[in-house]
Amino acid sequence: MSRLITGLALATGLFTTASAFAVEISISCSALGKEYEICKQGVDAWAQKTGNTVKIVSTPNSATERLALYQQLLAAGAGDIDVFQIDVVWTGILADHLQDLTAKAGGGIGSHLPAMAETSQVNGKLLAMPWFADAGLLYYRQDLLDKYKRPVPQTWGDLTETARIIQEGERKDGKGDFWGYVWQGRAYEGLTTNALEWIASYGGGTIIDEKGEITIENPKAAEALKTAAGWVGTITPEGVLNYTEEEARGVFQAGNAAFMRNWPYAWALAQGADSTIKGKVGIAPLPKGGADGRHAGTLGGQLLAVSKYSKNADAAIDLVMYLTGEEEQKRRAIEGSFNPTIVALYGDADIAKVNPFIGDLADVFSNAVARPATVTGQNYNRVSTEFFNTVHQVLSKRALPEEALNRLDRDLKRIKRNGWQ
Amino acid sequence: MKVLTRIGFWLLVAAIGLFSIFPFYYAVISSLRSGADLFSVAYLPERLDFSNYVAVFERQPFGTNIVNSVIVAASVVALSLALGITAAYAFGRIRFRGRSLLLMTILAVSMFPQVAVLSGMFELIRSFGLYNTLPGLILANLMLTLPFTVWVLTTFMRELPKEIEEAAFVDGATPWIVVRRIFLPLMMPAAVTTGLLAFIVAWNEFLFALTFTLTNERRTVPPAIALMSGSTAYELPWGTIMAASVIVTLPIIALVLVFQRKIVAGLTAGAVKG
Amino acid sequence: MSGAALQASAPARETMRGGRSSLTRSRVRAAWIFIAPTLIVLILIAGWPLARTIWFSFTDASLNSLADYQFIGFENYVANYDGEWFGLLTDPDWWHSVWNTVWFTAISVSIETVLGTIVALILNASFPGRGIMRAVILIPWAIPTVVSARMWNWMLHDQFGVINDMLLRLGLIAAPITWTASPDTALWTVVMVDVWKTTPFMALLILAALQMLPGDIYEAAKVDGVHPVKVFFRVTLPLIKPALLVAVIFRALDALRVFDLIYVLTANSRDTMSMSVFARQQLVDFQEVGLGSAASTLIFLIIALLVVITMVAGQVRLSGEVR
Repeated sequence: MSRLITGLALATGLFTTASAFAVEISISCSALGKEYEICKQGVDAWAQKTGNTVKIVSTPNSATERLALYQQLLAAGAGDIDVFQIDVVWTGILADHLQDLTAKAGGGIGSHLPAMAETSQVNGKLLAMPWFADAGLLYYRQDLLDKYKRPVPQTWGDLTETARIIQEGERKDGKGDFWGYVWQGRAYEGLTTNALEWIASYGGGTIIDEKGEITIENPKAAEALKTAAGWVGTITPEGVLNYTEEEARGVFQAGNAAFMRNWPYAWALAQGADSTIKGKVGIAPLPKGGADGRHAGTLGGQLLAVSKYSKNADAAIDLVMYLTGEEEQKRRAIEGSFNPTIVALYGDADIAKVNPFIGDLADVFSNAVARPATVTGQNYNRVSTEFFNTVHQVLSKRALPEEALNRLDRDLKRIKRNGWQ
Repeated sequence: MKVLTRIGFWLLVAAIGLFSIFPFYYAVISSLRSGADLFSVAYLPERLDFSNYVAVFERQPFGTNIVNSVIVAASVVALSLALGITAAYAFGRIRFRGRSLLLMTILAVSMFPQVAVLSGMFELIRSFGLYNTLPGLILANLMLTLPFTVWVLTTFMRELPKEIEEAAFVDGATPWIVVRRIFLPLMMPAAVTTGLLAFIVAWNEFLFALTFTLTNERRTVPPAIALMSGSTAYELPWGTIMAASVIVTLPIIALVLVFQRKIVAGLTAGAVKG
Repeated sequence: MSGAALQASAPARETMRGGRSSLTRSRVRAAWIFIAPTLIVLILIAGWPLARTIWFSFTDASLNSLADYQFIGFENYVANYDGEWFGLLTDPDWWHSVWNTVWFTAISVSIETVLGTIVALILNASFPGRGIMRAVILIPWAIPTVVSARMWNWMLHDQFGVINDMLLRLGLIAAPITWTASPDTALWTVVMVDVWKTTPFMALLILAALQMLPGDIYEAAKVDGVHPVKVFFRVTLPLIKPALLVAVIFRALDALRVFDLIYVLTANSRDTMSMSVFARQQLVDFQEVGLGSAASTLIFLIIALLVVITMVAGQVRLSGEVR
């Protein structure tokens, strides 16, 4: 028995010495398909450069399931995954389990989009590196705008009016199931991103400001919610109250809606070979809340973070720095149309060649609103859940905006009772 | 009158059959379509395009996933039935103190939501060193199937007439022989049914399978399907998911077709004993 | 084991009695030996996770730092800070989820029981194609819930879903129904999908019970010319009742813990939230292991209570004499 143990110890010892030179890093980037291939090419390039090996761990497609899996692994202190691909709103939630990258990054974070850089930091510590950016966009049907001689809407008021005109016209032409505007209204994180865009565009704040004060109960936020609730059943199907990204895209891509709010991913699909609306689609920043409002798309995207329990932290951090570096981000932008987080790349000619609207996106990203994830830390999911449930109630007309926001304010204060962290 | 009854019977059979199979049929159709087609309704496939089926096996070790699922589900059924039948004999045929309490305790295991035991189970599996292994999954799945198996088999065991084992005991048979020689054959329909139900539970189990495995080669089918994604995070590769679902449902159908004879076999056993 | 006692029987009566009691004793011993493996396995795999959940329900543990927690008594259940009530028992959302779950369970299990019995009776009759029909019936249960719930979500889409399209074509509805979006229809939709999915479970268990019935009962009834419906209620139903009740109990246990179906069909909507969705939200989304464990423990207590009520009402014999 003791011989066995010695043998084992020897074996492990040998393994450790060997691994000081070449280690195996496991990274969770997106599961399969094209995103996987692009990720694999990236890590392989790093592996070749450094002589280490990289194992890609597939994680669930659904964001909630992925977060649950991460939490399970990290709560148990398991070092099975070294590098985690995390959503921009998870930094605060996972903060206690992530390595501080401040020293290793040097000043590198300064070259990234400010909003993305902010989501990577908690209490002044850099816990993740921005990998790619996402933001809410307005998709419109150019052919229909031409047909009804309407411009691309600049305010929500314009959009409501244009959507109504097109919807009425198309329905008269026999398209009985045509709708003006589709978006994501299901009671999930996506509704938080949608509703935040409405409220921010009206100048109604971001639920909680950067100092941690609850700001949601204000007349502008109420007005924004009232406008949105007015769409449901008129220019937006009631079914939108259970739509996620794909259900909305389904209606739009089947040619049954004039406008859609969605992430940049829908662009390539809407322009795909088998799309019924190929060549008829345009994208624009989401409308302003009014003449004095602003364009606001909610910031999405992914970061890369290193687990505290990683046994090869140095190599893992090196991998993160490589993958989020300028060269790799450029490659990903060209080959997989992932939007870079490094500001300089938005002026890059090679990227602009394959992705002509990258310049427009630069504006969208610089105006993007971040969800109050870092300031609420551990409590972000709670805040978001209260928020989307409140909005959902207003949209399904079971509560008036003012009273619903009043109740939300009270509930958020209850959550904040002992401060956010 | 008789004709009317016949017609009514067949109508009922057709209605139930249709209700059961239509979503599956729709899955088959969807698996043969792709891209924007999926956002429209069709009752017949426009063309026979098997590219989704090819994609299922090309993009991941789906064959391995199926083998893993078979190993896990079959082991879970074998263990559950072996443990369940012996325990059911004791619970169903022998009077002893604490019997009701024990039965209730076993039932209580099924009263906690799965998500609540997840994290304790995770620690347990890791401490056994079974993380990311099939035995770990088998063990965890037993928690879902064992209480059910014990209870159902106990109930059926109890319904058999008392005289059955009396004679054998007088002949000097041990309880073990009684279980094996007398009760096992009589319990066939019940055992096959519970086995089948337990198999499907283990086959479809998702949460444990997702949490206790890490690499694609160790995953079972349900997490493998949940891990399928399109070219970007938001896009659902609907056609591929449907193709995978059709593939994993087929073994179950085959299983039922094979074992349903055993369910019928019970009929003759029942007739003999009566 | 009992053989030795029986072999030594010379004076018939006396030893017969002694043999009986030793037979009983050895059988009780055998019972414990037979049960032991099951118990050991269950204690091994379920003991720690369950005990841990109950223990955590009295602490302020957080998923973020599981090792670092404090015992806080019943504060997760009910507490008063600065005149404001906190804790599960004072949380209207929790009670709403309890109500949703109980409502869902009552309706869906009732429908499944009736429908399952009908299906089982059909499958018990002999007709050509019975084997195929058995397989067909089982399909809904064979598709992984992760997939079938999503599939229904797709089929129930108000704009491009096949269900609305079919109903519109048949002229049964005038405008598309927003199945899962409106709170009024969402829970009914969940019930419908659950019935579709789990009726096979009921049907198969009831079928097994029917198959184990002695055939001569029917023969006698047939000879007497009793109406089949009467035979079912007078003869069949009482005989399959124990099996039926066990099926109902396990179905109810599952329904009371319903999670994936509601989660996939309506996400975290407060209107349709079930107890398990609530517990998961606390445990995972909010990282409140303490509160989530308290919710899980309450779920356990509520289910235990309901099961005991069902057993008493259904007169389930736990320790009755063998027939």
